[in-house]
Amino acid sequence: MGKLYNAIFSAGIAFVLACLMIGVKLNTDGTTLKVTGATSEQWAWIIGGIALVFFSQLFADQIDSAFSKIPKPKVAHFIPEGDKMTQLKPWLLAGLFVCMVVWPFMVSRGSVDLATLALIYIMLGLGLNIVVGLAGLLDLGYVAFYAVGAYTYALLSQYFDMSFWVCLPISAGMAALFGFILGFPVLRLRGDYLAIVTLGFGEIIRILLNNWTAVTGGPNGISGIAKPALFGLEFTRRSKDGSPLFHDFFGIDYSSSYKVIFLYLIAVVLVAFVIFVINRLMRMPIGRAWEALREDEIACRSLGLNRTAIKLSAFTIGASTAGFAGSFFAARQGFISPESFTFIESAIILAIVVLGGMGSQVGVILAAIVMTILPELAREFSEYRMLLFGLTMVLMMRWRPQGLVPMKRPVLELK
Amino acid sequence: MSQLLLDVNGLTMQFGGLVAVNKVNLTVKNRQIVSVIGPNGAGKTTVFNCLSGFYIPTAGSVMFKGKEIAGMKDFQISRQGLVRTFQHVRLFSNMTVIENMLVAQHRHLNTGLLSGLFKTPSYRRLEQEAMDRAIFWLKEVDLLDSANRESGNLSYGQQRRLEIARCMVTQPELLMLDEPAAGLNPNETKELDELIIKLRDEHEISILLIEHDMGLVMGISDHIYVIAQGTPLADGNADDIKNNPDVIKAYLGES
Repeated sequence: MGKLYNAIFSAGIAFVLACLMIGVKLNTDGTTLKVTGATSEQWAWIIGGIALVFFSQLFADQIDSAFSKIPKPKVAHFIPEGDKMTQLKPWLLAGLFVCMVVWPFMVSRGSVDLATLALIYIMLGLGLNIVVGLAGLLDLGYVAFYAVGAYTYALLSQYFDMSFWVCLPISAGMAALFGFILGFPVLRLRGDYLAIVTLGFGEIIRILLNNWTAVTGGPNGISGIAKPALFGLEFTRRSKDGSPLFHDFFGIDYSSSYKVIFLYLIAVVLVAFVIFVINRLMRMPIGRAWEALREDEIACRSLGLNRTAIKLSAFTIGASTAGFAGSFFAARQGFISPESFTFIESAIILAIVVLGGMGSQVGVILAAIVMTILPELAREFSEYRMLLFGLTMVLMMRWRPQGLVPMKRPVLELK
Repeated sequence: MSQLLLDVNGLTMQFGGLVAVNKVNLTVKNRQIVSVIGPNGAGKTTVFNCLSGFYIPTAGSVMFKGKEIAGMKDFQISRQGLVRTFQHVRLFSNMTVIENMLVAQHRHLNTGLLSGLFKTPSYRRLEQEAMDRAIFWLKEVDLLDSANRESGNLSYGQQRRLEIARCMVTQPELLMLDEPAAGLNPNETKELDELIIKLRDEHEISILLIEHDMGLVMGISDHIYVIAQGTPLADGNADDIKNNPDVIKAYLGES
């Protein structure tokens, strides 16, 4: 009886959703909107789908038992033992890195561009992961540090003609400085209060960039930001000021995809660098202290840990990673405006961290890739993109709140 | 006569109009086990909070190794060598046992950013020393087998022992235990009893103890202070306290 009820309920939900999403359409007719029903063929599909939901729910047990008779492939067979895994790990990583480097030469320009974007989000996710995942400080204005990094490079390049490679550490430093300045007064706040303050800070930076027209160009943004060069070789077709060009130097024909691939490779190197640094940090005393502070602040204090210094370091290092990503973002786009640094960006980065699994690096990387590539794949459903996004969130939090790849505790060798 | 390790004079803590602790005097000598007892709500834990810097006392002085520590920040006090445990166990429960032990040694480690990134020799050496100390103390409290388990998954008695071990790796001179036997079964209490005596005799540290388990207190204390309603009531050795009419009255009420 319970099953029948369950099946009817599920079919009902399927009916409501299907009617709303497929059954009715709004069409513009001149200046008015007209509601049109679906064609009879579509209705047939809808009814078929509902019937499928109904019967699959009704006979869920039978279907399950039928499936369980099919022998499952033994996963343990393919994944080597723990000892072998640690031996293989450097090779696997090296292999992965080589693949990452070779891959762009075989695929389309668009895919490389998208991959570069994903790599930027990986950097951002990893940075925020320190603040939220490890130190447990909810930062809703993370995009502010991203903006600081991007604008630092853009302004330095515009006004002082400084190169990308010089500006990269400066941008990270500037973002870290902002993180430090913001962090100092607010880190005694906890949880929700901290979230509100950081949210406000994010907005302040955006509004400042929007209104300080004399320096930042206001809503028009900054355009014509110089692209990174390879040891002084530029990737443009014609040299503006007589600086050497990449294709001239190597004696090959000009192609705009060199620039895209070059940017992608820079991103790969930057991400590798960020992963290396953060990986070390997590295993260093400071990384353990971040987590300890998240677990129990009072115990930390009783053990002689200076909580302000520890929180501040998490905030500053997280911010500098965002600054790093920001300056690369500015270099890649060649144009930035406050539009790129709205609250929704902060929310997406936070979503990456939560979806990936708080504190888990592999999880965050995976989530960043999923979150940038899925919307591109789902271009045809562009109207439903946000809906799908929200649905994924709800489902993840319901069934896998610990994230895609939950954080694993390091097992320390005892002699 | 051995030297005074902790010398508390006229310690007073007021919360608005409420006087939680009123002119408490306390001394702990080297290698002594001193207990503070009293009925529930007498202000024992408040005394601990004042000593460890969680509260800043309204009045009075706290001399530790001849140095005034009242008014110092909590983490500074614990760096002086005065470390405490809590009435309710406070472990980093999502971290492993060994990680708990390493976090406690934060200030003994090389926390420089660059030395950690490049794993300099001094960083490695300090890290190894911390590891050795952690392993040593885990052995002492019989938790080495659980070193890579998450501390939240340990049994209650093990968590209590881990908390003590975690304090000990900070190399304190005075260990303050806030009701360490609460929630332990008689067997575990006996082990705790032995552990505390071992800490004093073998590792030469002093212990300040708050406890309700009178068997434990009377058996191991060198000196006992009784506090009732924030005010010192009596002090002396176990026999003095057992026969003190004021103490009996405070515990059992007027007869």
